[in-house]
Amino acid sequence: MKEVYLDNSATTKPRKEVVEAMMEPLTNNYGNPSSLHQKGIDAEKLLKEARRKVAKVIRANEEEIIFTSGGTESNNLAIKGTVDTLKRYGNHLITTKVEHSSVLHPFQDLEQEGWKVTYLDVDENGILDLDHLREEISEDTILVSIMYVNSEVGAIQPIDEVEKIVREYKDSKLYLHVDAVQALDKIEIDLSNSIIDLLSMSGHKIHGPKGSGGLYVAKDTRLKSLITGGGQENGYRAGTENVPGFVGFGEAVKLATEDVEKNVAQMQELKTRLADGVISSLDEVQINGPELKNGAPHILNLSFRGLKGEVLVHALEEENIYVSTGSACSSKDSAPSHVLTAMGVDEDAMEGTLRFSLSTFNNEEEIDYTIEKLIKSVPQLRKISG
Amino acid sequence: MKRVYLDNAATTPTASEVVEAMEPYFNENFGNPSSIYSFGREAKNTVEDAREKVAQLIGADDAAEIVFTSGGTEADNLAIKGVAMKNKEQGNHIITSAVEHHAVLHTCEYLEEYHDFEVTYLPVDENGLVNPIDVAEAITDDTILISIMLANNEVGSIQPIAEIGQIAQKNDIYFHTDAVQAVGSIPVDVNELNADLLALSGHKFNGPKGIGALYIRKGTQLTSFMHGGAQERGRRASTENVPAIVGLGKAAEIALEELDEKREKMIKLRDKLINGIKAEIDEVILNGHPTKRLPNNVNFSIRYIEGESLLLNLDLEDIAASSGSACTSGSLDPSHVLLAMGLSHEVAHGSLRLSLGKYNTEEDVDYVLEKLPAIVDKLRAMSPIYNQK
Repeated sequence: MKEVYLDNSATTKPRKEVVEAMMEPLTNNYGNPSSLHQKGIDAEKLLKEARRKVAKVIRANEEEIIFTSGGTESNNLAIKGTVDTLKRYGNHLITTKVEHSSVLHPFQDLEQEGWKVTYLDVDENGILDLDHLREEISEDTILVSIMYVNSEVGAIQPIDEVEKIVREYKDSKLYLHVDAVQALDKIEIDLSNSIIDLLSMSGHKIHGPKGSGGLYVAKDTRLKSLITGGGQENGYRAGTENVPGFVGFGEAVKLATEDVEKNVAQMQELKTRLADGVISSLDEVQINGPELKNGAPHILNLSFRGLKGEVLVHALEEENIYVSTGSACSSKDSAPSHVLTAMGVDEDAMEGTLRFSLSTFNNEEEIDYTIEKLIKSVPQLRKISG
Repeated sequence: MKRVYLDNAATTPTASEVVEAMEPYFNENFGNPSSIYSFGREAKNTVEDAREKVAQLIGADDAAEIVFTSGGTEADNLAIKGVAMKNKEQGNHIITSAVEHHAVLHTCEYLEEYHDFEVTYLPVDENGLVNPIDVAEAITDDTILISIMLANNEVGSIQPIAEIGQIAQKNDIYFHTDAVQAVGSIPVDVNELNADLLALSGHKFNGPKGIGALYIRKGTQLTSFMHGGAQERGRRASTENVPAIVGLGKAAEIALEELDEKREKMIKLRDKLINGIKAEIDEVILNGHPTKRLPNNVNFSIRYIEGESLLLNLDLEDIAASSGSACTSGSLDPSHVLLAMGLSHEVAHGSLRLSLGKYNTEEDVDYVLEKLPAIVDKLRAMSPIYNQK
């Protein structure tokens, strides 16, 4: 087997069409969109087209899409950019314990600056506690930030329910931010009739280019820019636009969402096949996260008791299978996963965690190959480490 | 006649070698450098290799002093906000100049508005130069950062940065220089310049858009403003933009190789343009220092005409130029740089920037010198002010 890439939550391979679309602005159409001459106008046109594609998919207006350098910047901008503008309405912020580090770290910083932050509990499946949200939300709350799909365990948060609860406090000035980095091509997102004010997206998680992302900013949202300078992106984000990156992002969003239902069904089937294949043949394996049918179609988080996840990652790598122990951003530090900790996974299980993350480009053959290699490696490694 | 692109200070064509270097990282080598398996590690090595090349281009002692950002604007933001927020206990005063790029000016204004900083915006002389004596005199016990650009993006004037850096060093104050326009155009050495921080941008020297870097001298205390993963040694969270980083590395390598040759060629073309315009058109003023200027910058005020009409007419002849910096070219305000140099609103409005790049030829220059005088004549013929004269 040439290569089985099952780490699509870390990054994905850009689609051929995406790279092709980027070549025009990387070569002939290299202008700066702010320039007044034809080269600038041509570049601006490409940018506008890309923005239109993104807006169309999430049913927003073009003016509501800001291009950024990626999901991390989108999350930072959404959180740090709004709290200051709503300061006078309250000092309470709500998020969950299982957010991506690009959400948690800004909140931890804000906490040090004196903001009050509630980190909502999650259940053993990684789903946030709506009652906890009901208890904590108040007139003093100015920002609620919830991720749509968890990057480590694939838990899908009940965003509809969150919206219902948040809606009642909208009058007292409150923004709702959704980190949709892992959800964009897995769940249909319709912002035309939503109270979501901010929604983060990333290119390289959906077969688009690295260094590109977007933030939906609902009309009239008061947002302070993170990067100051020229007046690009409606004044929300300074810096010469990364035209090739944004064009690639637009194309990726368009292609990734053309047939969400079919893609989801396909990945769901592969995920179930992988889980069933492993669990039916190996002892002491547990699924972390929601039941297979309830979780995101592309993420399967398994604990192999008695093993270190990292050892297993390298053993699979020998067989050209690429997986990870958790999120790539934290895969190098040895601290236990904050997501699994919040879900109450015991230490022993946490040690032997592997995350398999699929894409629409995976197939049954790859899954069967992976099952076969796991069935071979896991008992051997257990014997050595035991 | 092919299109003549003379707006290289706004952005440059990406070199084909750069695009070629990037391509494999869009395709087969698409790994996330933070992943622990081999092709994550390969991506990591590639990133480190590019870091080394950027370090070499600016004479940094250690590649670890280079942090990749999404561009020059972010690099300036990281330098200024990063130092200011980290060191505000030591003082709340920043010194900069009136002619900085907006990435610096607006960031300083932000610190004034939201974080109680005091900022001194030093004046410049008629050539756009900051006087180092003014820098020394502006220093107070509260000064924690001096930020002066190496070369001006509109008029090309090269500031006495080494001297200013020395003053900063002697007073134990962090010194940042926005070198976005200078890198790849003139020799840049962080040690000779005495810079603690230096911002550069890929797309200004035939690298890709969406990538830049900040040099951070070892020991410099700053906070990151993009939080999340531990990438870039905790100074800039976010999955690394590997293809663009590779492209920046390649552009840096080429820039270093070609620097002398390119500089010589640019100076020749620049001077031909300057002399040609002066000879062919009356009532023009060269903006910026006559000799201490970027090899690729030509900036004239052409009296009695409007910059915008001039640009449109040049564009109709397939010549891409600008009136000032691209970032503000959408606005109708006259250039803050030209006003700071003492030009009147009227004269500042008639400014034209022609910025050369490595792909320009003598033929391009000849073509401009052929077309420009006729356009100026035509516009002046329609100008009531010119006719009243």
